[in-house]
Amino acid sequence: MRPTIVKAAALLALLVGVSGPALAGWELNMPRGVTPVSHEVYHLHMLALGIVTAIGIGVFSAIIWSLIHHRKSRGVTPAKWHESMTAEIAWTIVPFIILIALALPAAYVMINMEDDSGAEMTVKVTGYQWLWHYEYVDDEVDFYSRLDTSRQAMLGEIPKPDDYLVGVDNPLVLPTDRKVRFHHTSGDVIHAWWVPEFAMKKDSIPGFINTNWAEVQEVGVYYGRCAELCGRGHAFMPITVKAIPGEAYDEWLELMQAGEDEAAEELVAGHFNDEDYQVVENR
Amino acid sequence: MSAVITEHDDHHHEAPSPWSIKRWLSTTNHKDIGTLYLWFALLMFFVGGFMALIIRAELFQPGLNLVDPHFFNQMTAMHALVMIFGAVMPAFVGLANWMVPMMIGAPDMALPRLNNWSFWILPFAFTLLLLTLFLPGGAPAAGWTLYPPLSLQTGAAFPFLILSIHLLGISSILGAINIIATIFNLRAPGMSLMKMPLFVWTWLITAYLVIAVMPVLAGAITMLLTDKFFATSFFSATGGGDPVLYQHIFWFFGHPEVYILILPAFGIISTIIPTFARKPLFGYSSMVYATASIAFLSFIVWAHHMFTVGMPLAGQLFFMFSTMLIAVPTGVKVFNWVATMWRGAMTFETPMLFAIAFVVLFTIGGFSGVMLALAPADIQYHDSYFVVAHFHYVLVPGAVFAIIAGVYYWLPKWTGHMYDERLGKWHFWLSAIFVNVLFFPQHFVGLAGMPRRIPDYSLQFANFNAISTVGAFGYGIAQLIFLWLVIKCIRGGKPATQEVWEGSRGLEWTVPSPAPHHTFQTAPEVK
Repeated sequence: MRPTIVKAAALLALLVGVSGPALAGWELNMPRGVTPVSHEVYHLHMLALGIVTAIGIGVFSAIIWSLIHHRKSRGVTPAKWHESMTAEIAWTIVPFIILIALALPAAYVMINMEDDSGAEMTVKVTGYQWLWHYEYVDDEVDFYSRLDTSRQAMLGEIPKPDDYLVGVDNPLVLPTDRKVRFHHTSGDVIHAWWVPEFAMKKDSIPGFINTNWAEVQEVGVYYGRCAELCGRGHAFMPITVKAIPGEAYDEWLELMQAGEDEAAEELVAGHFNDEDYQVVENR
Repeated sequence: MSAVITEHDDHHHEAPSPWSIKRWLSTTNHKDIGTLYLWFALLMFFVGGFMALIIRAELFQPGLNLVDPHFFNQMTAMHALVMIFGAVMPAFVGLANWMVPMMIGAPDMALPRLNNWSFWILPFAFTLLLLTLFLPGGAPAAGWTLYPPLSLQTGAAFPFLILSIHLLGISSILGAINIIATIFNLRAPGMSLMKMPLFVWTWLITAYLVIAVMPVLAGAITMLLTDKFFATSFFSATGGGDPVLYQHIFWFFGHPEVYILILPAFGIISTIIPTFARKPLFGYSSMVYATASIAFLSFIVWAHHMFTVGMPLAGQLFFMFSTMLIAVPTGVKVFNWVATMWRGAMTFETPMLFAIAFVVLFTIGGFSGVMLALAPADIQYHDSYFVVAHFHYVLVPGAVFAIIAGVYYWLPKWTGHMYDERLGKWHFWLSAIFVNVLFFPQHFVGLAGMPRRIPDYSLQFANFNAISTVGAFGYGIAQLIFLWLVIKCIRGGKPATQEVWEGSRGLEWTVPSPAPHHTFQTAPEVK
């Protein structure tokens, strides 16, 4: 038996080991994120996780206790009772109260999440098979954003870069500490624009416009993905958002309006060390 | 009512040879049809499982390693269709065919010829569906949910898919009608509704769900068909329609469907635990009411699958609250199972092991379900691997474990032989361990931001995906033990007694093992 276990463990280690330059691959939890709403969602998630974990410990302890003590091999005789109105009422009412304790904060977060009033600017996001289009609605700036990973890297002909399947050619640039409204729509099938650090996910639906909002509080590079199955290239239309301070953003916008794309790109790059692809640092 | 019974024209008293093809094609015997359903379900379980292994093999490492992304999408869609409509639902119908008449003291199903037809539709439906893999453009690749406009991009497979789902719907509806007719008309004298075994109760409620929602699915896919071929635009904004309308109709079917896949499992577990705890089921009537409540609630929660489509705030709050309510009757069930075990005198034969694993692992799936009900948190979970982990926890160590537990439990009654307990234990422990290796890490990658239905992913998800794939192959290989065990048990083994289990109760244990071809031709008296 023992050598089998050792062999199995070695095999598992080998299998995990050969899965390439897996950086920071042990992330277990939802990111806390960088917007007020993402913090609220994170806390709601942790509250729910805490409650179900506590209930789980209670229920599973009872099962384990029972499995150990109430077994025929210990010579016990089975009890005869098989109902109790008190117990039934108790385990109907108590979970109900716990659920209310969860529902109230959830409703509060939901109301806040839907309130896009007072936004200072609007970005229209259009999904296509398989790329994104960003339009700064009042500022006459728009561009497409495509995957920046080579096919050779996908096929394993060259080593996979650290930003494999997350990097894009033209990232969305946002100012920090400003409330940004997003409009979502699509040019073909349904997509969904998801950036976990913003707790933002909304379906892009052809012929309809959906709305949500974000207020990014930290300068940084944030990554996301299309979340709704949209065909063959579904995995290959990532999202990159670069958040920079408001004044720098204004400057960037002017450069973009003047058609000086390269200068604009340099300005954004000045806020980051582009060599550092660090998903985890943003958490 | 008695006319229904006497019109039964099969006068054989001995079962014809198992090697006669005509026997299986023309049978109207509930036990034969139950056997057909169960073998068909097992075959589809391996077909769908093979597709799952293709998916997991591709996801073992980042990169496009084995299959084209379009073929990967075909696998995710077909895996779900095959497992839901080909494996889990037919397995439950097979168990109902075998056990419902024997549990209520009926000689057969109420509508035996309809019963034959319900089954024999299935092979045709799945031939159509699986054939699409060889058509130009391949099999359906828009997920089992078939959301338009993407599903309308399906190639030559599209009409095959729609016709196949229509056939599956007809088969399920006919099966459900038969079960309801049997339960209401053929119960033995003295068996009042509140004396029925819980498996019969859960199937009765499930059958109503099937009849209520399968026609809704039929409507939705027919609208897809006319949108594609007959220039309607139910689901296209360019003609005044709305893609989200499809999602509402689909999930009005889809959510009760989820309970169609789990309520009979509740019935099986509620039968097995009392047997091996040697103590009656705790809270029988509350179990019945809880099942009925879950069935009712299943009709008013559908849009919790759609929190990201842009519903009004009031709609999101309503569906969040109604969904959370489901936790109450579901919790009652779990507590009742634990209370049944409490102060019993348990033994741990294979059916009991699978039942206990069901209670624990299904509860974990229920916990993630409560988390998913919270609309703002669902904005993060939606369409991520967290959802994949959630519904696989309720469907694999949930529904599938319950079916397997039921097969182990009744196999001696069906075959007249005890199965190989040692092989059963191996099957259980390998399944229970690997199913967690397979699905638990998927919670982590989902929370960290990995979407579902993707053939390739960024490097930070590599470790847990590799572990998950190891679990998938371990779980898949362990199921071959089950196949071997079942064949071995049919071919021989220690003769089973009439009661089979020390703590067994109910009419099915009052007939010999193996159960004769015809049972309860004279109705038993139930006190």
